[in-house]
Amino acid sequence: MTENLNVFAVRTLTQKEYFAPGHRACQGCAEALAVRLVAKALGRNVIIANATGCMEIVSSPLPFTSWRVPWFHVAFENTAAVASGIESALKVLMRKGRIPCKKIVTLAMAGDGGTADIGLQALSGALERGHDFIYICTDNEAYMNTGIQRSSSTPFGASTTTSPAGKVQMGQITWKKNMPAIAAAHNIPYVATACPSYPIDLVQKVKKAADIKGPAYVHILSVCPTGWRSAPELSIKLGRLAVETGVFPLYEVERGRYHLSIDFPKLKPIKEYIRLQGRFRHLTDSMIEEIEKRVHEEYEQLKEKAKKGV
Amino acid sequence: MGKRVGMEVSIAAAEAVKQANVDVISAYPITPQTHIVEHLSELVANGEMDAEFFCVESEHSALSVCVGAAATGARTFTCTSSQGLALMSEITYIASGLRLPMLMIISNRTLSAPLSIWNDHSDVMSIRDCGWIQFFVENGQEVYDHVFVSFRLGEDKNVLLPVIINMDGFILSHVIEPFELIEQGKIDQFLPPYQPVHRLHPDRPVTMGAFALPSIFAETKKAQEEAIRSSIPKILETWKAFGDMTGRYYHPVETYKTEDADTLLVTMGSCGETASVAVDKMREEGRSVGLVKIRLWRPFPFDDLKKATLHAKQLVVIDRAISVGACGPVASEIKAALYGETQRPSVYNFVAGISGRDVTPSDFIKMVNKAEIEIEEGNREGYEIYGVRG
Repeated sequence: MTENLNVFAVRTLTQKEYFAPGHRACQGCAEALAVRLVAKALGRNVIIANATGCMEIVSSPLPFTSWRVPWFHVAFENTAAVASGIESALKVLMRKGRIPCKKIVTLAMAGDGGTADIGLQALSGALERGHDFIYICTDNEAYMNTGIQRSSSTPFGASTTTSPAGKVQMGQITWKKNMPAIAAAHNIPYVATACPSYPIDLVQKVKKAADIKGPAYVHILSVCPTGWRSAPELSIKLGRLAVETGVFPLYEVERGRYHLSIDFPKLKPIKEYIRLQGRFRHLTDSMIEEIEKRVHEEYEQLKEKAKKGV
Repeated sequence: MGKRVGMEVSIAAAEAVKQANVDVISAYPITPQTHIVEHLSELVANGEMDAEFFCVESEHSALSVCVGAAATGARTFTCTSSQGLALMSEITYIASGLRLPMLMIISNRTLSAPLSIWNDHSDVMSIRDCGWIQFFVENGQEVYDHVFVSFRLGEDKNVLLPVIINMDGFILSHVIEPFELIEQGKIDQFLPPYQPVHRLHPDRPVTMGAFALPSIFAETKKAQEEAIRSSIPKILETWKAFGDMTGRYYHPVETYKTEDADTLLVTMGSCGETASVAVDKMREEGRSVGLVKIRLWRPFPFDDLKKATLHAKQLVVIDRAISVGACGPVASEIKAALYGETQRPSVYNFVAGISGRDVTPSDFIKMVNKAEIEIEEGNREGYEIYGVRG
């Protein structure tokens, strides 16, 4: 259903921009698009805590800002903790009558490094404490801001500046960390994956996350032409291919129950996705087959979970 | 005069935090700070205090929660010690750079290695330059009093800085002392609710924590430096107002029997009280010795220190921390303060009482004796770790 809606429904989104144009993101940056859509979904009654990273750097060169909503950057690894502080301050100040009572969404935002690596402890703490906030991981699969170094979210086989494809090693040798599963293991009310190539699906998930009381985690695959060595004009296509090949399935985990947002009876060959990206250039056909095998296995496992509803 | 009661210093500190109507408390347990958060959690659990209280998963997050809460306009508090402070250190610089008022009590404890839970000042010296206003207190009453002083001072719209109260771990934190508690009505008058100049709120969106290119970074740091330097008059004003309310007046540098003294002991923190006993003994023997106690560590009170010490022949400076490979941090500050003076006392530096080793009145007398002999023999800038084997 989501696919059909996407044909025309983007026009139903608000024309208001809360993440203003003129920021310094690279051409074809799908992360900037994701953030723009998230901001549209949440509207003006939001406070954003942003980790150090691409989105922080492109949007806040003092004395300029791209933010038309309250926005706060503190450090790299502590965004979930900063958001915890914002959320609890709002709660107590409203309770004590020092600010008017109204719904204000607390949003924490970080990249894959700020989430799956250095920020994992603070995130786990905030999820466990049950703060009423949304955490969004915009995953571009490496430390792009510092120059394409590998993270635990970099996919198997990808060449980065610290997992280079060499004569004896073929790029990243570890499998991508499953962050949504880690978030779901905290028994929080809502976990979802999204991709800006499916804008309506993304917006709906973020809105749902905002409505749910308690912690919500949304993991957004964000194509990075600079780091993925792909053409800027292919970012939307690559996002779609990531979903269509089963590399990045779109799903929700609501109170522990898995639900696939789009199901494909037959996945596209993973080669179509991989061959458009320079970071996988060194992979042989047999290596790609190996990757495809594991992707399919994991996709089947996910489908099983969705079927059982657990 | 308020009620006089006996209380453990950590409990009194927590009671002060309650009386200060703190909105958000976030902390992580570490000895010897734990009694403060334990008591605060009891107060919240019993409904005696209306605050959001979080035991977070690390000190780094504890201070990060405070930063988020302070930016949203809440009065916030945390406390820590030693390794916990070291883990927080990244965020201490950010809190002051963002000009966010909050209070942290440090139950000072030594930094590892070797691991030790006992008192010295090596923890706070590791963040000496973090840009917070920093007090060192001598006894429990000063801890209690400075909770109110610190919030009022830090939240002043001409100051807007976070404040640290350093109290010696165990030596102060775990002892029972007499306290004169202040009535709530007086405190509410002295410390009204926090009114931030800017806060994170959708009604007036602001961007906080933007990054700076080299073309603007130095200007922001200069503004921060000017803010902390020019906080000195505000500090004096706040102490004056507090003194008028309670009868307890505080000063950046306290002096004891210094007027005609040739030799001055210089201390910071709880050992000042012990040193004053030593001074009394030496005075009884007819020796010309006095005591200078530094209460305000940042911004450093250069003028007050000079006024208190310039007339002496020699200073015996006691440090409870080592700047390994240099000397004690207090001594190096004092030497820098006096360098520009043509007539200045010799400065003899002892590192003493690290990792909670007792420093008794007789130890202070021995240090004065040693320093006087060394200086007499021409060693005008001596430095040693006092009373160690080997």
